[in-house]
Amino acid sequence: MKLKGAQIFFECLQKEGVEVIFGFPGGAVIDIYHELPKYDIRHILVRHEQGAAHMADGYARATGKVGVCLVTSGPGATNTVTGIATAYMDSVPMVIFTGQVPTALIGNDAFQEVDIVGISRPCTKHNYLVKHVDDLATVIKEAFFLARTGRPGPVLVDLPKDVLGAQIEFRYPKKVELKGYRPTLDAHLGQIKRAHQAIKKSKRPVIYAGGGVIIAEAGEELARFAELIQAPVTTTLMGLGSFPAMLEDPTGRKELNPWWLGMLGMHGTFRANMAVSNADLLIAVGARFDDRVTGKVSGFAPKAKIIHVDVDPTSISKNVVVDIPIVGDCKNALQKLIQVCEKEPLEDIEQARSAWMEQIRQWRETYPLAYKQEGDIIKPQYVVEKLYELCNGNAIVTTEVGQNQMWAAQYFHFNKPRTLLTSGGLGTMGYGLPAAIGAQVAFPDRLVIDIAGDGSIQMNIQELITAVCNCLPVKVAILNNRYLGMVRQWQELFYDKNYCATCLDAAPDFVKLADAYGAVGLRATRAEEVEPVIREAFSIKKPVLMEFVVAQEEGVYPMVPAGKNISEMLLV
Amino acid sequence: MNMHSNGQKHTIGVVVENRPGVLSRVAGLFSGRGFNIECLTVAETIDPGQSRITLVTSGDQQVLEQIVKQLNKLINVIKVIDFREMEFVNREMALIKVRADQQTRAEILRIVDIFRAKVVDVSPHFYTIEVTGDDGKIAAILELLGQLGITEVARTGKVAMARAKKH
Ligand SMILES: Cc1ncc(C[n+]2csc(CCOP(=O)(O)OP(=O)(O)O)c2C)c(N)n1
Ligand SMILES: [Mg+2]
Repeated sequence: MKLKGAQIFFECLQKEGVEVIFGFPGGAVIDIYHELPKYDIRHILVRHEQGAAHMADGYARATGKVGVCLVTSGPGATNTVTGIATAYMDSVPMVIFTGQVPTALIGNDAFQEVDIVGISRPCTKHNYLVKHVDDLATVIKEAFFLARTGRPGPVLVDLPKDVLGAQIEFRYPKKVELKGYRPTLDAHLGQIKRAHQAIKKSKRPVIYAGGGVIIAEAGEELARFAELIQAPVTTTLMGLGSFPAMLEDPTGRKELNPWWLGMLGMHGTFRANMAVSNADLLIAVGARFDDRVTGKVSGFAPKAKIIHVDVDPTSISKNVVVDIPIVGDCKNALQKLIQVCEKEPLEDIEQARSAWMEQIRQWRETYPLAYKQEGDIIKPQYVVEKLYELCNGNAIVTTEVGQNQMWAAQYFHFNKPRTLLTSGGLGTMGYGLPAAIGAQVAFPDRLVIDIAGDGSIQMNIQELITAVCNCLPVKVAILNNRYLGMVRQWQELFYDKNYCATCLDAAPDFVKLADAYGAVGLRATRAEEVEPVIREAFSIKKPVLMEFVVAQEEGVYPMVPAGKNISEMLLV
Repeated sequence: MNMHSNGQKHTIGVVVENRPGVLSRVAGLFSGRGFNIECLTVAETIDPGQSRITLVTSGDQQVLEQIVKQLNKLINVIKVIDFREMEFVNREMALIKVRADQQTRAEILRIVDIFRAKVVDVSPHFYTIEVTGDDGKIAAILELLGQLGITEVARTGKVAMARAKKH
């Protein structure tokens, strides 16, 4: 039987196991929306296409599945670009379908025509313009395959209106044939053995894990490997959750995992940055030596031999020259490392590590992450700690960008992969709320919290109605410092306190705003109100916007000034 | 990494799928990442489904390494030939329009002869010369003809191929 392009679209999505799409209609995609009611695929109608992209992203990060969004041509397509770039920087599997003017009009500056394939080329893993309905099924199959395999990423498919209307016999290709695409997943055994030798010689090893561990579902392997070689672990912002920050003893009491160094880099912990700066071996797994991690490149891990595991060869020796590169899937590589280490265990390992671990313990005790909650004024860090405590860590946390994001990273203890969804690479303000909605769609029964700033939350606040009308009970915790706080902090430290254009005193009444959207608004202005507000919010089965009026000029510390070595931290 | 370092020149061959937009992916990679392109040629191979790009770039070893990896990462790139690792032959063709009058004609023809070039168009005041060779040869003929008055030059850009194995 012949099917129309718009029907083939849904047939393909069903074959790919797509359960939900985040979208917003327009002239170029009405054909698709016309068919939508006939298919068993959930559609979440957003209020801005950027929201659709971030929701698909949040859904993908929370589940590991491919997130899907659908928008119209022209402005619909351009509105997704920030969301696509966000996903690209953080290697999130997504397929973005954009409508396009009919093929005959392409290039004519037609109404709502934009060259979205050209615009999105540098921020997608790959993209397609489908020119004939004959190619549609193959392209969709390839798009999903590319999005989820190798180093994942967003793939955009541009769909001209006439292609959606044209008819053809539907056949879904059985397999994908891409001559130029063969990701190396299997780590080279020779390199693994070289790594093992380096580990044997090391006295002060550090494991530096990134988002790649989470993408590869290699958390357990990471923990086992760290245990085998008795090495402390630090992670990037993207890697938080890949290694448990807290350990629970049989009585249920929680304490900081002694092997856990905390996050490293610009706002990393003292002990993580000191450990990396003094390590004789750095084992990077699924991390990419971003400048927010390394600080001054020449001063990064200056005493260490570097082993680097990554599925993307371009990540290796891009910023920092690596001694032992291992190209491969993180899980595969870690499994092999575990095998060789188990076969040939390190002798007297505990003894060998005792001095190093003692040094780390001292660093931790000298400069722990710290703040003082005194008096009535709420400290933002206190709010994050209370959020953690009152849900016992059982939540999916998204963040906005700025101080709120860093405090979330520092004070919420992430113990499981896929529990922190945050825009690390692009640093997109406005990511947190739609990402939380996407995660809540995937896990309707879990607690999903967006830790937000008063500035960022206003960048996609329109999606609150999407949460309300779809009964998605996300919780937003605004740390309201009446500032674009992170920028203000830079102005304070490096620009003579010239707080130009960072004061947000003029703000909406967030409680009334929540009310206007049909969500619940709660406010805490004094420290003692923090706990009751959080408890109440957690007990409500609706979207809740909590506003915490916090200390206005609190800073995020430690801080490595841009261009400095990561051992040169400003402490509180 | 210093993307703007003007290290040595390097020739890279890129076999790509012959599809619309592929060239802009390659060119976009260079501009987006601040890599240099000194010249670039592209044409179909004997397999009509594939095209071959030859490009000349510059940079230090680390930059070159990154360029090769980034090219490989493009989905439509089937193969990258890094000529640093092998012996290769390379050729370029140039069309050179040179002023030709009573006094210079003989000299021009002598140069054409020495370089095994060809005069492909003649008019009362100009000769157009076709020459093929490597960088050095083209530079040399341009230098010599330049003294006689070149008015226009069009070059194809370099194409390159690895030498066949001796045994
Ligand atoms: C879309 C976007 N625009 C600008 C920035 C630059 N920026 C980084 S942090 C920040 C301040 C964010 O303010 P707020 O959301 O109130 O968070 P706070 O730092 O106060 O916690 C800004 C403007 C950005 N990251 N994203
Ligand atoms: Mg703020």
